[in-house]
Amino acid sequence: MTGVGKPEGVLLRAEGLAVRLGGRVILHGVDLTLRRGEIVTVIGPNGGGKTTLLRAVLGLLKPSAGRAFVADGVTVGYVPQRFALDRVMPMTVARLMSLTARPGRGAIERALTETGTAHLIDASVHGLSGGELQRVLLARALVRAPDLLVLDEPVQGVDFTGEAALYELIGTIRDRHACGVLMVSHDLHVVMAATDRVVCVNGHVCCTGAPHEVSGNAEVRRLFGPQAELFALYRHHHDHEHDLTGEPVAGHVDHRRDHHDHHHPHGHSHGAAGHAG
Amino acid sequence: MLDDFLVRALVAGLGVALVAGPLGCFVVWRRMAYVGDTMAHASLLGVALGLILGLDLGVGVLAVTVTVALLLAALQGQRQIGSDTLLGILAHGALSIGLVAVAFLESVRLDLMAYLFGDVLAVSTGDLLWIWGGGAAVLAGLAAVWRPLLAATVDPDLALAEGAAAPWTRVVFVLLIATTIAIAMKIVGVLLITALLIIPAAAARRSARSPEAMALAASVVGALAVAGGLALSVTADTPSGPSIVVAALALFVGSLALPARG
Repeated sequence: MTGVGKPEGVLLRAEGLAVRLGGRVILHGVDLTLRRGEIVTVIGPNGGGKTTLLRAVLGLLKPSAGRAFVADGVTVGYVPQRFALDRVMPMTVARLMSLTARPGRGAIERALTETGTAHLIDASVHGLSGGELQRVLLARALVRAPDLLVLDEPVQGVDFTGEAALYELIGTIRDRHACGVLMVSHDLHVVMAATDRVVCVNGHVCCTGAPHEVSGNAEVRRLFGPQAELFALYRHHHDHEHDLTGEPVAGHVDHRRDHHDHHHPHGHSHGAAGHAG
Repeated sequence: MLDDFLVRALVAGLGVALVAGPLGCFVVWRRMAYVGDTMAHASLLGVALGLILGLDLGVGVLAVTVTVALLLAALQGQRQIGSDTLLGILAHGALSIGLVAVAFLESVRLDLMAYLFGDVLAVSTGDLLWIWGGGAAVLAGLAAVWRPLLAATVDPDLALAEGAAAPWTRVVFVLLIATTIAIAMKIVGVLLITALLIIPAAAARRSARSPEAMALAASVVGALAVAGGLALSVTADTPSGPSIVVAALALFVGSLALPARG
């Protein structure tokens, strides 16, 4: 389950990528590289081309210019944005786990245990809640022993507490499996918690960098408005936390920030997130 | 034993039911009931071709259903004409060409009723070879593409992104349907072939918890429908093809009384 014997270094790359859909240019001039062990989060406004970027990299869309590809020999685990299995097909969780891989019962149980869904192994997929389904889908991607996890809005249909836990889990998985993670998120506040690099996409890459670098970017602030304020607010609080440990901060105390405090007490060490949960 | 027309009918019907079960599940899962209908309608053109060229009718039908299947697979690449419209054009276009062609064959008497409803009680030993040989080929083909086809049916993007779906699985699938229609025509006739594909699969849905279980159950339901339909046909002197479909329908209605299992 570790990366031994698997391709090292660059897992995926986009070079001068442009995508045109229905005569409209959705993406242009996009460069992106993701290496093993990295978590890269793509943010951006609706219609900005986040999902299009993911789909082009996965080979689901043909670029109109440039190229995008997953490196040879890289095993991909994909959690799509919408997974709505038609009820006409009966499906247990165990069977879903072996949809694109041939894991044994033991491997299936281990992967489900990692996402806290081992008790659902013999349940019908159709009876799962939104949060359970997302966790099972993550386990399904994990059971492939992926070099690269691709997650498109992985917290859809998950309530807030579950959302925080799910992002924490993604960080833990990266550490444990030594894989790369490419995800799309619309939640700026969670981007801070579990990301090495943020790529803000709005037709083009408007900025990229560590979360705290991106949060100061003028275009990001313009695109995200009040949410970017929260982003900055978090950073502000974060900066001060090392100086004023234990001091309650007046105003703006919401559960979102509390979450980040909890999971990110010491800089951006993702190792710390592992024992926090 | 195969000398008895009833035994031959049963063996032929069971052969078709065995194949139609798992294949029909994919037709149901992929919501392609009308694809079966389209190929079945088009098969009249195959019958006409067979008569004109002096070929075995099964070969003529197979040639036409395969052609229609490939045309469909090719035309579905474009999006400006919807699948339902394409299916209608192909079905009625081929059916009409077939009817026009048959009209030119004044010397040939086409038993339209046998063609439309089948006549399982008239199958020959040669027909049995055709049904079981073709059926075995279809089942082998389906087994070969089962995993990628299932993955692509569950979520085409997911299967493609994870390298689990080859683009040709869809083509293989329509070819398997085309072959099944050519071999099942003799049993229930072109009007009712789709029923044999979808009714057992639908009846199997409620009791099944996995795709494979549903495929197996569909074969069993199909086999029971064939046996029940033949019994009805022989005892009450009803047409065999429709009797088999009535039996399948009864099993489907019965399945609704079962508790849903997932």
